Amino acid sequence: MTRRDLTLHLGLIAGLFALHFLLPAYHHGVFARVMVLAVYAIGYNIAFGYTGLLSLGHAMFFGAGMYGVGLASYHFAIPALPAWIIGLGCGALLALVVGLLALRTEGVSFMIVTLMFAQAAYLVILYYSEYTRGDDGLVIPGDMRAIGSWDLSDEGTRYLLAWALFSIALMLSLWLVRHPFGRVLVALRENEERARLLGYDTGGRKLAALVISGTISAAAGGAYATMFGYVGASFAGVQYSIFALLWVLLGGAGTVLGPFVGVLFMTYLNDVASGVTEAYMLIAGVVLVLLTLFAPQGIVGEIRRRFWKDLP
Amino acid sequence: MEFGPYLMLAMLEGAVLAAVLALMASGLSLVFGVMRVVNVAHGEFYMLGAVMAWVVTQFMMGLGGGPAVNFIAAAVLAPLIVGSIAAAADVVILKRLNYDPERVIVATIGLLYIIQQAALMGYGPDAKPVVAPFNERIALPWVAWGENGLEMYYPWGLSTTSYKLFVIVAAVVILAGLRLFMTRSRAGLVMRATQLDGEMATAFGIPVERVYAIVFGAGAALAALAGVLIVPIQQAHYLMGGDALLLSFIVVIIGGLGSLAGTVVAAVLIGMSDGIISVFFTPTLAKIIATLAVALVLVFRPQGLFGVKNR
Repeated sequence: MTRRDLTLHLGLIAGLFALHFLLPAYHHGVFARVMVLAVYAIGYNIAFGYTGLLSLGHAMFFGAGMYGVGLASYHFAIPALPAWIIGLGCGALLALVVGLLALRTEGVSFMIVTLMFAQAAYLVILYYSEYTRGDDGLVIPGDMRAIGSWDLSDEGTRYLLAWALFSIALMLSLWLVRHPFGRVLVALRENEERARLLGYDTGGRKLAALVISGTISAAAGGAYATMFGYVGASFAGVQYSIFALLWVLLGGAGTVLGPFVGVLFMTYLNDVASGVTEAYMLIAGVVLVLLTLFAPQGIVGEIRRRFWKDLP
Repeated sequence: MEFGPYLMLAMLEGAVLAAVLALMASGLSLVFGVMRVVNVAHGEFYMLGAVMAWVVTQFMMGLGGGPAVNFIAAAVLAPLIVGSIAAAADVVILKRLNYDPERVIVATIGLLYIIQQAALMGYGPDAKPVVAPFNERIALPWVAWGENGLEMYYPWGLSTTSYKLFVIVAAVVILAGLRLFMTRSRAGLVMRATQLDGEMATAFGIPVERVYAIVFGAGAALAALAGVLIVPIQQAHYLMGGDALLLSFIVVIIGGLGSLAGTVVAAVLIGMSDGIISVFFTPTLAKIIATLAVALVLVFRPQGLFGVKNR
């Protein structure tokens, strides 16, 4: 990790901390949400951006974290922090099981298999609506949304906690991609056969990458549940898998800052679009097509290509 | 109703679903077979076919046509319009991506939202019906042991409509036509040549890019035709593409990607079992079983249940 890398990423973290005191109320709330969703995108980026695993099922990991937390606090009155750890465990376990099966395929088949598993998970949530309340979702009781004396429904606390989680995820992903393990993942993405020829256990690395990616996604899902107090089936639907892909592609797949940039950009774009028309997802579609056609590297990827060759 | 007639009703509903699915999935399978790309926007072409059927019949009603004339106009025009839109999308988007499989998936996801949301803006959020060209109720007989041995009678509630039977027959005719077209005509030969080896086909003077545009358009037109056929039964809605896409994915994968005969067999299997399972269990459970089955088929038998392993 070079000094420049550290300065850039710690600078972003410091900037976001400063924004806590500067932002007007509305944007303050938007940024808290953006940071939590950026953690989800960071998780997705490890699988898709760095390892080259095009998954269309990450919403099931996000959902596993979310429902792990939601069901634990709603039905068993488990407080926020232990519930969050349960959510993490659910995500990691699900990623392990899905990975063991889905990683036997690759490319287009991998995408369809993850899509199908995620769809099955989504349908399971609807099927057990007795416990999950299906499409209506669960509202997490207020007294479960506190860690010690911090009340997570308070906007200031929520922002700071989202900031802390985002900072950890960002630095973790920076550390990971600069670590030899992360470099092997990139080698896998670029040429799996060659990596295998060099003696790396490619299957094991891919599984490890997927489990890390799923666990980070679950961490985001669990945090989203406690912070915003709502757990719904739509978060586990195919649209949220596509969102992760969209954010990472827009920000720049295989860049540490890309996921955050993508979520931030897309959130404000949707905000503007939904003020104009009911069909605001049209923007998402147009952005996806334009990105694949003209800027497959995404925003941060273009910056890396043009100005900053060794941007992580 | 007793079990027997009930099962027969479930199978009839299943056969209608199977007919529509077979049409739609063979479009997806054709595109995958020839171009080796997965079209995620396929469900939206189905939706667009249904919506266009509504638009065309509304327009024709303004001209004072009867339901039969309107429906025939819709069945001809809607697939043509949708096919042209798809062919244009192929030239403008997919060709520039060099048909790279993963980038095509992302681009067609984008296309999915563009078509779906455009339909929401232009057509609106409500489901709208199209009148069937004919719709007589047909009571169905059932046999049972009576006082005089085997007797035929008409149980209450066991009936179908002439239109539903027409959908099944139409799908069979169209699929047989497609099969003949692929195996007997020159255009079909060109498509199969492109499928086997695109570079070699180019060397023999086949305009591969034009073939791709036509195949992509034809695949979308098949989905649109399925949409036109279903709309008198199911109404046109801008979100109807999602479930249809998932089901045709399931069918194409179980049948073996790119194999037309396998696709048809799988459509009958999935349509029938969906119809039957949905009657006796909940539809959600039926879908969970189907999606998990597909994932496991892809993991353990990537060539599909009826496909042959690649060389």
